[in-house]
Amino acid sequence: MGIVSPGFTGRRGGGTDLPPGQYLTRDFPVLSAGPTPHILTDHWEFTVTTETGEKYKWDWAALMALPSEEITKDIHCVTRWSKLQTTWKGVSLDTLLADVETGADFAMAHSYGGYTTNVPLEDLLDGQSWIAYEYDGEPLDPEHGGPARLLVPHLYFWKSAKWVRGLVLSDTEDLGFWETAGYHEYGDPWKEQRYAGD
Amino acid sequence: MERTAIRRRLTWQVATVAEVRRETGTARTIVLDVPDWPGHLAGQHLDVRLTAPDGYRASRSYSIASAWTGETIELTVEEVPDGEVSPYLVEVLKAGDPLEIRGPVGGWFVWKPGQEGPVQLIGGGSGVVPLRSMLRAAAGSGTPMRLLYSVRRPESVIYVQDLKQLAASDDVDVRLVYTREAPAGEPRVGRIDAELIEQYAFAPEDGATTYVCGPTPFVETVADLLVAAGHDPARVRTERFG
Amino acid sequence: MSEVNYLDGNAAAGALSEVFAVDLTTATGQCNGCGQVAVFAEARLYVDAPGMVARCNGCESVLLRVVRTPDDTYLDLRGLTYLRFPNA
Repeated sequence: MGIVSPGFTGRRGGGTDLPPGQYLTRDFPVLSAGPTPHILTDHWEFTVTTETGEKYKWDWAALMALPSEEITKDIHCVTRWSKLQTTWKGVSLDTLLADVETGADFAMAHSYGGYTTNVPLEDLLDGQSWIAYEYDGEPLDPEHGGPARLLVPHLYFWKSAKWVRGLVLSDTEDLGFWETAGYHEYGDPWKEQRYAGD
Repeated sequence: MERTAIRRRLTWQVATVAEVRRETGTARTIVLDVPDWPGHLAGQHLDVRLTAPDGYRASRSYSIASAWTGETIELTVEEVPDGEVSPYLVEVLKAGDPLEIRGPVGGWFVWKPGQEGPVQLIGGGSGVVPLRSMLRAAAGSGTPMRLLYSVRRPESVIYVQDLKQLAASDDVDVRLVYTREAPAGEPRVGRIDAELIEQYAFAPEDGATTYVCGPTPFVETVADLLVAAGHDPARVRTERFG
Repeated sequence: MSEVNYLDGNAAAGALSEVFAVDLTTATGQCNGCGQVAVFAEARLYVDAPGMVARCNGCESVLLRVVRTPDDTYLDLRGLTYLRFPNA
């Protein structure tokens, strides 16, 4: 390690009960690998494509018609900030995928703007993930992934794909945008799985 | 002068703060002693890295404010509200403290002594920092230089004395543009627009190299205005501060 | 214009100087997506991310990505058909 900068602590707060290497943040940092897509709900569509090529689609009205949940979860970003007890509203993937016939083990989330991230299908089910369209009681802001984002809080937050537009289910594990650039294929914050090989 | 195209890989090195100087209510110049500084070209920048006692790190880029004199180098830092690195550099860092830096970097947004043609400099806010380095490096060379410097209000102007001194030369023209509040006697308040560029900048046929620096939206707007006015895009160099 | 959350290729110079011995900001690159040829300094650089992403200022497709892990640096140059550097 190099020098220590006298008097520098960074913009952080301390915290217990955080995954290893994380610090608490008061704000909600916006991280992005590209321009913010601006998708009107009139044009919004979510598509699940199974391993056999079968497609299931929802438009915004169809999403709104599904039973929604109020969600309160801690979120952990691989860049080390954590935010506790964040509140969202969305539709559980259990609800969305209830009538989808699939034997696939893996899913790739695709976003407007081209972002991708991979998650094992079992990590999207059993109350572990949602398509979220409200944050903190308000419609989800585009810079935070609105109109709707994937929410998978038990994994590092790069897996919670902003501007999500679909899931592609498959028998093989393909790697997404950050996973092909050195980030961990799974990303469990409690095991500090930040980078490939961790 | 060092070559900018091929060189060894750069690493972080530790500089010592020789002196700090207030520029405005929110900006400060930091004078650094850098033991192995290879020299730099006007317009280049360096990266600064801060490390907290627990190992937490944050780094940012800052343009070098001074021309290379063979001695110390200078940075001018504007404090960003709610920033992570700039408040430390503007409020906490003091003479005698160490500062980790990496540089110099950047071969595009540079002015080289002996470079042909007049120079148009257009800066917004802290975007004036690398432009000042260019004015300093060119001082006395006879190169015609014009600076259009856009600020919010009179108190925001960095390098007031410097600019007065430089403007005294026949080769240099400095024009301040106030976007929110102007000093008494100044007729115009507002952003740089096509009319201002036509009035004060070199004309496209003068063959000037233009350097535009500042926040990203400022740079995009000004670059678009220049191209729309007929300036050759290949002669417009930009640096965005985000 | 809509929000501008990017810097430009100049800001990548420091990080890339730890990987390359050559200054990338003066290099000219061709975008794999749209074929535009431009100076790397003019690429749109997104740095508020788990890695550094440079995008074509014409079509926004990814030109290159750099990720620093504690042990390694990952560099993905697939978005560039070529990079051209002036000799010293």
